[in-house]
Amino acid sequence: MAQNSEPNSSGASIKSVSSAASGKAVLDGLTPDPVQLAGQEHFDAVLAKDSRVEPKDWMPDAYRRSLVRQISQHAHSEIIGMQPEANWITRAPSLKRKSILMAKVQDEAGHGLYLYSAAETLGTTRDEMMDALVAGKARYSSIFNYPTVTWADMGAIGWMVDGAAICNQVPLCRASYGPYGRAMVRVCKEESFHQRQGFEILLELANGTAEQRAMAQDAVNRWYAPSLMMFGPPDDDSPNSKQSMAWNIKRFSNDELRSRFVGMLVEQVKVLGLTLPDDQVRFNEESKTWEHGPLDWDEFKEVLAGRGPCNAQRLERRRTAHEEGAWVREAAVAYHQKQQDKQKAAA
Amino acid sequence: MSAQDASQSTAQDTQATAHRWPLWEVFVRSNRGLSHVHAGSLHAPDASMALRNARDLYTRRNEGVSIWVVPSEAIAASDPDSKGSFFESPQGKDYRHATYYTKSEGVKHL
Amino acid sequence: MTPHATNLGDSSASATRITPGNALRPEDIVEATRLGTVKPSEDVAEYALRLGDDALILAQRLGHWISRGPELEEDVALGNIALDQLGHARSFLSYAGAAWGKTEDDLAYFRREPEFRCAHLFEQPNGDFAVTIARAFIVANYQFLLYRELSKSTDSMLAAIAAKAVKEVDYHLDHSTQWVLRLAGGTDESRRRMVAGLNLMWPFVGELFQDDSLTARLGAAGVVPSSLKDEFDRSTGTVLAEADLDVSALHMSTGGGRAGRHSEHLGFVLAEMQVLAREFPGASW
Repeated sequence: MAQNSEPNSSGASIKSVSSAASGKAVLDGLTPDPVQLAGQEHFDAVLAKDSRVEPKDWMPDAYRRSLVRQISQHAHSEIIGMQPEANWITRAPSLKRKSILMAKVQDEAGHGLYLYSAAETLGTTRDEMMDALVAGKARYSSIFNYPTVTWADMGAIGWMVDGAAICNQVPLCRASYGPYGRAMVRVCKEESFHQRQGFEILLELANGTAEQRAMAQDAVNRWYAPSLMMFGPPDDDSPNSKQSMAWNIKRFSNDELRSRFVGMLVEQVKVLGLTLPDDQVRFNEESKTWEHGPLDWDEFKEVLAGRGPCNAQRLERRRTAHEEGAWVREAAVAYHQKQQDKQKAAA
Repeated sequence: MSAQDASQSTAQDTQATAHRWPLWEVFVRSNRGLSHVHAGSLHAPDASMALRNARDLYTRRNEGVSIWVVPSEAIAASDPDSKGSFFESPQGKDYRHATYYTKSEGVKHL
Repeated sequence: MTPHATNLGDSSASATRITPGNALRPEDIVEATRLGTVKPSEDVAEYALRLGDDALILAQRLGHWISRGPELEEDVALGNIALDQLGHARSFLSYAGAAWGKTEDDLAYFRREPEFRCAHLFEQPNGDFAVTIARAFIVANYQFLLYRELSKSTDSMLAAIAAKAVKEVDYHLDHSTQWVLRLAGGTDESRRRMVAGLNLMWPFVGELFQDDSLTARLGAAGVVPSSLKDEFDRSTGTVLAEADLDVSALHMSTGGGRAGRHSEHLGFVLAEMQVLAREFPGASW
């Protein structure tokens, strides 16, 4: 469903890159060998042509690590992101809404799978990524650490959180790493209904009883700032962004995307007849960008660091599902081995 | 790392692989008359479950009428390092394309 | 190496119906009954209510698995099955409601427990994956035979709903069969759990095949439950024999769901399912 473009502010993964702008690698002070030099040359040429890097191509270690980090965080976000919405499947207030929500949460499992597969082409197994997630060592979009306390949250998540995710994801369809871009094409195609169904939930509520309307406004108020923060820290505080853009993974900066998103919300919230909880939203005629009120980046960092309202709960749920599923996964493997042994014995 | 450490970590690795489902590549035929096209990959314990998982994962929106699954490790791929020479031969052999033959242009049904 | 292949036949037999296809959707039934030209008899409506409630409560149970499955691929598979069941429930309930001027949501959210007509099997808690698979295996075998027969119903709407449903249940049958074989023939642990799951669920088989005055009155519009039992024993027996599982010593419970007497569990399912809708009666969502 969603992802943070650059939630990891450690920047540890790009240490071996000397020049962020060119993406040239000086491999930790060692003299580059001819294979690497040729590989680097080819890699640079591919990027210069805005072509795609494919799994077996030579690529700088830092590029590979950065991709694994971003794609796996993105996949984790999809998987953890299932929980706040799955929370309402059994209580959805109509059977139609129940079907839609179930299909949406199921899509998110699918999107997680597409993305894990893309990351696996870089030489990291899904098990390794899953282990890192349940051990609390991996990051995912911090928005999913907020609770879904009313039905209107299903609307606000669809409209704002998925909306922000789509703004982030559409440019990623052109990411320089082929498998990532292809996974994103599939994700974006399927995601198109997610935002609409969320908007329609809010529209129904906004046109409903006074209580329903209040529920809708309350949800918009709570999800507005977190959804804006999904684009990641401001550009001057986003250490990985520049490199990511030089590598053609990221196509627009965090602030560019955020501004575009705010502009969309401003128009759409009018159709809902609701308001955004931000009286400083305005269009800057000079810079031709949308501006918004200050965001609480300290809170963002707290939640990202694991101290949000639901971090522990989300991880525990994933860990439990993973651990309680172990005997099932083992059984399927054991069965397959026994069948093969039988076939061999019969042959 | 001591020898003892090494043997321990190997034991752990074996444990981890005991329930690891291998990776499969999925090819979907979207309609009769068309080729199967690579759709993505997934994990499954065996071919039969891989087909079913592929059906659930890659044809939720009527994307297919037929599916192939292939163990990822069974796919042999051309070596990307030799891409220059491997795909060099067809370069410059324009006579394999109809567009090479310009003198017969304009002749009907040719 | 030869790739493993399957032909899924025409596309209408595959996948869930998120996009509108040629298949009969709950909305189509609402549309057809709205004009009053298609209206079920009281008996047919009562019967549709039974089938609808079975599917609805199972969908509600399966919906809980999404994000908790043993592997992500299985989250997607269980989600597909839950969505199929929910689709069947909506069709049957929409049709039933047409007899009484009620919508699917009136019936799902504003009936009290004794007014529900589901059999006890569908109400049972999910338990672990083996318990869920044991229940799914029984349900799929039963529903497959039921819908196959019902697709020949003299009531054309019941026939149409069943004709769509049987194709989807065919896949549920396959899914649960695959897992019964794997869990029974996997590890000692999985076998122990599979046996325990069947022990828990098998007693509820009896209720599915009980005839009563309604099924007698329906005649060729419905399916006489007892008429399916032999075939059910054959189809489940083949798989259970291959899995080396024996259920012959298990007793059969008497049930009572069709008459509104439910297990201990249904009340909790309804409390959760209905809570929000009942907070805002008459609201639109």
